[in-house]
Parts: sequence; structure tokens; C-alpha cells
Amino acid sequence: TFVFRMFNIVLVDGVRTPFLLSGTSYSDLMPHDLGRGALQGLLNRTGVPKEIVDHIIYGIVIQEVKTSNVAREAALGAGFSDKTPAHTVTMACISSNQAMTSAVGLIAAGQCDVVVAGGVEFMSDVPIRHSRKMRKTMLSLNKAKTLGQRLSLLGSIRMGHLMPELPAVAEFSTAESMGHSADRLAAAFGVTRVEQDEYALRSHRLAKKAQDEGLLSDIISFQVPGKNIISADNGIRPTSMEQMGKLKPAFVKPHGTVTAANSSFLTDGASAVLIMSEEKALALGYKPKAYLRDFVYVSQDPKDQLLLGPTYATPKVLEKSGLTMEDIDVFEFHEAFAGQIVANLKAMDSDWFAQNCMGRKSKVGVPPMEKFNTWGGSLSLGHPFAATGCRLVTTVAHRLQKEGGQYGVVAACAAGGQVFLPKYTYAQLARADTEYSRGATVQVFLVHSFGLFSVHVLCMKMTMCKSVQKHF
Amino acid sequence: MSSSLLARTYANYEIKDGVAVIRINDPNSKVNTLSKPLQAEMTEILEEIWGNSAVKGAVLISSKPGSFIAGADLNMIQACKSAEEVTTLSQEGQKMFDKIEKSPIPIVAAINGSCLGGGLEFAIACQYRLATKSKKTVLGTPEVMLGLLPGAGGTQRLPKMLGIPAAFDMMLTGRNIRPDKAKKMGLVHQLVDPLGPGLKSPEEATIQYLETVAIEAAKNLANKKLSVKKEKGLVQKLQDMVMGLPFVRKQIYNMVTKKVMGQTKGLYPAPLKIIECVQTGIEKGTTAGSLAESVNFGNLAMTSESLALRGLYHGQVACKKNNFGSPARDVKNLAVLGAGLMGAGIAQVTVDKSVRTILKDTTVEGLTRGQQQVYKGLNDKTKKKAITSFQRDTTMSFLTGQLDYRGFDQADMVIEAVFEDLNVKHKVIKEVEAVIPPHCIFATNTSALPIKEIAAASKRPEKVIGMHYFSPVDKMQLLEIITTDKTSKDTTASAVAVGLKQGKIIIVVGDGPGFYTTRCLAAMLAEAVRVLQEGVGPKKLDALTKGLGFPVGGAALADEVGIDVAAHVAEDLGKALGSRFGGGNVEVLKTMVQKGYKGRKSGKGCYVYEKKSKDKKVNPGVEEILKNHKSCTDVQYRLLSRFVNESVLCLQEGILPDPVQGDIGAVFGLGFPPCLGGPFRFVDSFGADKLVQKMHRYEEVYGNQFSPCQLLLDHAKDSNKRFHK
Repeated sequence: TFVFRMFNIVLVDGVRTPFLLSGTSYSDLMPHDLGRGALQGLLNRTGVPKEIVDHIIYGIVIQEVKTSNVAREAALGAGFSDKTPAHTVTMACISSNQAMTSAVGLIAAGQCDVVVAGGVEFMSDVPIRHSRKMRKTMLSLNKAKTLGQRLSLLGSIRMGHLMPELPAVAEFSTAESMGHSADRLAAAFGVTRVEQDEYALRSHRLAKKAQDEGLLSDIISFQVPGKNIISADNGIRPTSMEQMGKLKPAFVKPHGTVTAANSSFLTDGASAVLIMSEEKALALGYKPKAYLRDFVYVSQDPKDQLLLGPTYATPKVLEKSGLTMEDIDVFEFHEAFAGQIVANLKAMDSDWFAQNCMGRKSKVGVPPMEKFNTWGGSLSLGHPFAATGCRLVTTVAHRLQKEGGQYGVVAACAAGGQVFLPKYTYAQLARADTEYSRGATVQVFLVHSFGLFSVHVLCMKMTMCKSVQKHF
Repeated sequence: MSSSLLARTYANYEIKDGVAVIRINDPNSKVNTLSKPLQAEMTEILEEIWGNSAVKGAVLISSKPGSFIAGADLNMIQACKSAEEVTTLSQEGQKMFDKIEKSPIPIVAAINGSCLGGGLEFAIACQYRLATKSKKTVLGTPEVMLGLLPGAGGTQRLPKMLGIPAAFDMMLTGRNIRPDKAKKMGLVHQLVDPLGPGLKSPEEATIQYLETVAIEAAKNLANKKLSVKKEKGLVQKLQDMVMGLPFVRKQIYNMVTKKVMGQTKGLYPAPLKIIECVQTGIEKGTTAGSLAESVNFGNLAMTSESLALRGLYHGQVACKKNNFGSPARDVKNLAVLGAGLMGAGIAQVTVDKSVRTILKDTTVEGLTRGQQQVYKGLNDKTKKKAITSFQRDTTMSFLTGQLDYRGFDQADMVIEAVFEDLNVKHKVIKEVEAVIPPHCIFATNTSALPIKEIAAASKRPEKVIGMHYFSPVDKMQLLEIITTDKTSKDTTASAVAVGLKQGKIIIVVGDGPGFYTTRCLAAMLAEAVRVLQEGVGPKKLDALTKGLGFPVGGAALADEVGIDVAAHVAEDLGKALGSRFGGGNVEVLKTMVQKGYKGRKSGKGCYVYEKKSKDKKVNPGVEEILKNHKSCTDVQYRLLSRFVNESVLCLQEGILPDPVQGDIGAVFGLGFPPCLGGPFRFVDSFGADKLVQKMHRYEEVYGNQFSPCQLLLDHAKDSNKRFHK
């Protein structure tokens, strides 16, 4: 029988590798190399004795087939104990959110006291396969016994067999790419190109400021084997409205509004967090950074509401914990596309949307911009799909500490083929109050983008560890 | 800003940022049609816009979500008394569109919803076309299906825009073109995605988005940022070069004409006239072409073929409505008994509309075959890219195949499609009634058994109704619903609602042996058998029937229906309705069945069916049988008059509620020649007196199968009596 333990779960600390544009300095690595970097960094920063780690959970979206349980490969390489079990989760852009909430679940269920969660994404290399026909021929070739059989199989190979199969350009369920969906979403909410470019520019400027002021302290340096040491993100590019205005639309042509400059870019990177029961953290002498209170996952129609998760999830998590928008000090929303963020803000400000699509009496209300993604976001810092969730949560904790707030909310939307039934909520924990909501997943490959954006809504509420601080 | 303060009824405009946005919205109809008042208002608006130097461009858009302009107002043509009047109408349209084509400012047609016929001609006169990718957006020139031609410049503009082959294909088939295809073939310049809900409903948001994009395009065209000239690809250049050669063009005209003659047997004048207009325009110039277009348009409008086809169009619209009100409850769970061809077909058209469907059979083999049929139907659509594989799979998920009655307690309607045997049907109805809830409707898919006899085994006859589908169910548009005097109105309303959801054209008829359709068909097939016995071979018979305009010949049709079914029906109807159903000797059919010649399904019937051979051979065994049953001219009218007489008799007896449903049922269910418009339209145009005369002649030779019914005699006596006003 399970005994659910009714005590607090805390974030001890979180780290990440620098997030780099795909195809730059990390390009010769493999996914588990970056994962190793983040995990090793977490070990170094927290000094947690490796033998007390009960479990390791890691997220990834685009899987490297050689390291399908990337959690285990990365953990072993990072010097964790080979006695610590590790498993990999995937849930599009909220994969590391799933890793964290799984960790919370294990602790709440009394299975573990100390769990490491994280995620990695490596877009510099993706699995490009032989065509199905060619694979079939090659597999038959393995089984062919005589030379004659082999020759006849080889003879059956035609030009068509040689066409490689690229990772899907479009969402499996709707055959629509995520950029395309974002463009339609922006149009549905009347979000203009200028609004999108302005929001993207804001993200880059704030990220640059945070970088310059040394606020991005979750970053640990990463030594690229045989090469230089990387210690900063390289996608932050505050340009100008004029320059951004010159770009042509990337998905909907010629009248679209989503461009390469107002979308998150393809990114390589990894992140990791250390999660414990409060009791254990205090016993070990840690000063935790935040409580992880509650979470919610929601799903919507993957066609027209793919990227609207934050609007659906935020009020849910607030109502569940008896809070209002005004009580929240820090908002960290995943920025898949500038258009998607602005559309969500407009949806939250719309009575029509609340009444007709959400079944509410009145609008959700908009987070005040001075509390919203003030250290940059996925548009500027980058978006390694499965690593973004931990970055958001660690950033909320750091911002709460820096800015002196009490409550923070994280929201991220994710693409997801498996979402078909609208509004279906899963994963509820006994007493936490962090919310995750989930839209639907989209994979965008190629264009200029060879990228898989996922947008998952993850709302996570955190409270500063006031009680903990009193202790010390 | 707005100068549209002068409110008009059908169209209005406002000026936005130097672009006049003209919005069409017919207040009296769900769709916009190109009517006289709309044309008048449009002309006024255009004059105002052209006179206003502040206006740099214009956008033409509809305020209705599902319709841009669905075509010309057919009543406008109907009201004309002479070909000349119609020609004048055509010329007025041509003039207006010519002016639009020569507009000093760019006009952008922003298309969302149906853009057909005159609507399409309007759009192609504009300088630029945008279309939404909405499911409701279709473009096309369906005039040919109404026995007409695109009469407002279409035959002149389309060949120049799309090239001669594509233009012919579009105008001669009249088929609907989806936005993606339209973009590919150069019919529209730019596509716009439909939107989901945002700050407005998806429909409103989409129209507004389309308008915004169209205004942008108009501005860019005006300031030359956007050009309509497209770089031609190599293939296009080559095609243009080849088309520049007069003898190549001549070959094409000949080839197309031959193909049209082959398909229409010369029964439909419109396609030939379309070819003529295109040819005149290209070879002699647009002025001559336009004149040919308007004159031919006028002449075609007065032909009996066009009248017949337009009648069918109106009839079809009428038969897509539920005249029995909305049913007390929606059918959300449907069960089909029997996974044969019919049962599986019914299941397929039902799951296709996302209705949970149980498909029950008695054997695993039968069930497997049935489920495979449904899957194949959907997979074929996937292969044609009409749906994605994901949509195919989710559609399939609405289907449950099973051998028992599990879940029938949730069923709102059960449709049985089991073997055509009264005892089997009685057994099934009793079994089913033991497990279904009280509100559940029991529908029987039978082609000949009287519903009241089937309902005799029911505890609740008010819930029993006949739903006669036609094979193949996913292709045939007709559904014949049969009510008994005990069937409740709500049951009928529910059956009609289900049929409409399945996309069917519906006729509701009274109960009786063979109802309406089977009865008419049986009469004709009986005559066909007699014709065969007279020594006319199956091939000759088929040529004669097809020559009338039937899509399938008499002998081939018997093979498709199944000789055993035909024999069964012929015998049953003969017993029930007497010697009127005589003619061919039923023994011919019975002997064929005994020898295993059951039609296509058994590989042999009147013809021999081999898998790969395209050319079917006459079954020598049948020739032998016919020799033993030897018993002429006028074959065609003998076949036709028996069909028609039986139809009129059905109306006389009250089996048919009205001639419209009679025509629709005959054409859409049995392939009655569309150019004749259905049996009732045929009597009107051919003349009841002439028909009765012919029948009396046949009666003397062959007997009472040709005795005209009373209603037909009445019509023959009084030439003012007509089935269609």
C-alpha cells in the first residue's frame, strides 16, 4: 500500500548548459553529451552526494536511437552512481516539465526523497532514415540465405528506394506545421506583424539585459570536448524593428506574420534540477530555492487551439489554490512564437473567448507585463524543446529570490499528437500547487527552421521558502 | 471615411485605406446569386468607385460564411420566354464583366465559400483572386450539368487563363475544384487559411482575415509591389508553343468532340456548344466568341434537356430538406445488422459523419469482409488525399464490429441489412426488439419486401420504417424511405435526419410491393428480358438502353443487381401485382440462376466477368437459354414506357407523394436518363398523348403490360394537365 506523504516538495537548485543555436559550437556532440554536462554541473553546484540520489528522470523530444534511454546514458557519463535508476520521458516541449512532475509524484508517493529531473534537446543532428521501402529491403537482406536471394533483393532496389525520410514537417494528427498554426492563431486574434516583432524584440532586449547583469546564474559552463569552453547563450540578438521588419514570412506566404525573427529558433541545450522533500533537504543542510506547489495539465483541440494552453491552464491553477492573478509576483511563460504569446494575452483579455471557448463567465485577465518574462524567454534565450521546462522553473525561483516575490507561475504549451479530446486534464497531485496545462504539439521542421517547436502549457506555482529561511 | 451611407440591399461598400471593400449579401437567401438587382447595384457601386479618384483598388467579398456567389439566379433564366431574352441576359453579364476586366484600378475577388457558375465568371474577370482553404470553398463551372454553358464570358476567359485542355476539362465536367487545385492550375493567385476561434467565431474571423489580406493585395497591386504576371514554367511554355499550332488545336477540338459524343451519345447539346464557343473565340477572336457564347446560351436555355436538368437540380435541393420536422432525439448511436455489401456501405457513410456505429454480423468471415470494405472505402479517400490517414483512423474508431448484441441497449436506431427473406427479417426484428431501448427506431433496408409485412412481427410498428439504400452505398446518392400507415411522424423525421446526415438525397414514399423504385425497375427489366428473348443480344440491348441515356445498359444492370435478386423480385411482384409485370418469362431468369449465372457477383450472368479483361463477353450459356425461350423494333420506347407507366401508377396510387420525388428517385436511384429529367418530366415534354398512343400499339401486340394507367390517360386527354408546372 502507498502512503501519500503530506509534506512539502522543494526545488533545491537548477542549472542548464548555455543554449546555442543548432549547428554552432555543439554541432559534433550527441544528445547525452549535453545531458551529461547539465547533470555534472548540477552535481558540482549542489554538491549532492551521488549515492543519496534515488532516481533520475530526463526528457527528450527528438530521440537519438543509439541512446534511447538518454537519462541513463547521461547520468552514468556524468558520474552518478550506477545504482541509481534513470528513465526518459517525452511530452513534446514540456518533456522536462513531465520529468519534474514525475519526480514530484515519486516523492509524494513515498517512493523517493531525492530526485534529479531535467531534459535535453539536440537539433544539430536529427535521425534521417532510409525510406520504408529501402528499410524493408535491407531487413529482408539480413534474412536472405542464398546469393541468388540476395542478388534478387539488391536488384529490386529502384531510385525511389533511395529517397531519405526526414523527420515529420507537420503535426501528425492535423498535417499542419506549428509555425503555420501559430500564424493562423495570430490572425484569429488580430495580432499584427508589428506587435509580434515588438514582443520578440522585447524578449531579446530583456535577455540581453539579464545576461549583461549576470542574472542568468542557472548557466554552468560547458567544455566542448577538444574545443573551447562555452559559458553563454548565443541566440540573443537585440536588433531593431526595421531589421526585423525586412524578413519575409516563414510559413504562410506571402501574407503571413510569423517570421524567423519572431519565432523561437532551433536550439541545442540541456537542463537539470534537484528536487527533494523539504524534510530531506533541510536534514541535508540545503537552503531550498522554492516550493513546488501544484500543477495542472490540460489538452485542447490540436488544430485551432494548439497554442492556447496557457490561457486555459492559468486560471485553473489559480482557482485551485485560491489565488488570483494579482497574487502572482512572477510569470514565466514559454515563448514558442511571439504571435502565440500575444494571442494568449489577447485571449486572456477577451470576454468573448472566455464565454464561448472556455465556458467562463468573464475573461481570465492578463498578467502585468512588468512581471512577465522579464529576463527574456524562449524567443531570445532559445528553446531546446525538452530542456525548456527546467529553465522556466529555475528562472521563476531565481526571479522570486531576486525580486522578493512570493508566488510564481510557469506556463508552457506543447505540441502533441496524442491530444485529441479537448479539455482533458490529467495528473493531479494531492497537495502541490503547480500547474501544467497542455495544448497540442507541433513539429516544425525545415523552412528556415529545421525545428520542432512544442508548446506545452505548464503552469507552476512556487512560493519562496520563507519558512526555510526562518530556520537559518 | 465610409461613403457607403447610401445603403443598398444586395451589395454595399466602404472605403478602407484607399481600397473600396464591396460586400455582397443577399438578404433573402442563404447563398448569394447573381440576380438582376444584385447586378444593378453592383454596376452602380462600380461606377461610383471608378469615379472616385481616392479609390486605388477594390475588394469583392461576400458577408456570408459559406457562399461567395453560388451562380446565376436560375429563376432569372426560368422567367425568360424566348432564347433571345436569355441571350440578352448573357450579353448584359458579358458587358459588366468586360468592364470589370478593363477596370482602371485593380479589383481583388476574395473568395470564401461556393464560387460557382456566374460567380466564378465574375471572379475571373477580376484582376486578382484570393481563396480561403475552407472546406466550403469550391470553384467551378457547373452550367453543363444544367444543360447550359458559362454564359458570361467563361468560355472566352477560361481557355486563356488555364490553357485549352484544362478549360475544357473544367467546363465539360462541371466538377467542383478545391482551393489547392485551383491554385495549382492558376485559377486563383493566393490562398488564405481558415481561422479557429479567436476574438470572434471562426467564420467571422476567417472572413475578416480574408478581407484584410485582400485589401493588402489590392494596395500592393495598385502600387505595383505585386504583379499578376507569373513566370511560366518550361512545361507551360512548351504547352503554349504546341497550342500555338492550328493543326494541334484542331486535333484537340476533334478529340474532345469525339470523347463528348462517346459519353453523351449526342443526347446532351450543351457540351458540344461549349466546344463550339471556345473554338470560335480562339480561332475567330473574342468578339465572335462572345457572340457565339451568348447566342448558344440563349438557345440551350430553351432546350428540353436543360429544362430537365434544371428540374432535377431544383428537385434535388428539395429532397435535401427534412419536411417532417426535427426528430425528438438525435441518433447518436446507430447499429447495422448484416455486414454484407449494403450493411458495410451503410456503416461507412455513417461513421464518415462521426456517428458511433455498431456493425453486427453472424459470422467472423462476414464481419471481417464488411469491416475491410469500410476500411477500403476510407483508405481509397486517403490515397486520393481527400482525407489524411489520421482522419481515416479516427473515422474508423467510430466503428465497432461484433457478433453479439452488446451495446444495442444504447442504440437510437438499428438498420437491418440481412438476407431478403421475410422469415429471417421476422426473426431479426424479434431478437433486436428484445435488446433495444424503447425509443430506438428499427429501419429495414429491403428492396422489395413490403414494410408492413416485416413490421407484422414487431411489438412497436410505429417505430418501424423502410430505408432502401442503393448499391454501392457510398457512391449512390439516393435513399428511398418507406413509411407504413403505422409509422409515426417522429420515426420518419428521424430516418430522414439520419439519411441527410449520411449525405443522401431522400424521397419518402408509401408502402407497397417494390415501393417506388424497385417497382419501376422491375417493370422495365421484365421488358428487357422479353427483348432478349426476342433475339436482341445483351450487347445490343445495352446499346439501346444506353442510347436512351441510361448510364448502364439493361443487361449489365441485371448483372449488377444480381440475376437471383431480379428473379426473386420479378416473381414476387408478379404475384402481388399481376400480369402487368409479365413480359419476359421469369423462367429465363430462374434457369440462369439454376445454372449459377447470378450476375457479376458469381462471375457470370448475361456477361462473363473476368478479372482483368475490360471488354466483357456475352455469356454463351445465356445465349443458349435465350434460344430456347424465343418469343423488333421500338425496343427503347417499350422499355421506357413500362418504366414511366409504373411511375405514374405509383403517383396515382399514392405510393409517391409528388412527381418531384418520383423524378429524383428514378434518376438518382435507377439511372433514369438525366436528359429526360425523370419519368414525369419526360411525360410532360414528350406528351402524354403521344406516349399513350405508342402504348396502345404495344398493348395490341404484347398485352396488358402496356395498358396505360388512369392518371396517364387523364393527362393524355387534357394537354393542360402537366406534372411539373
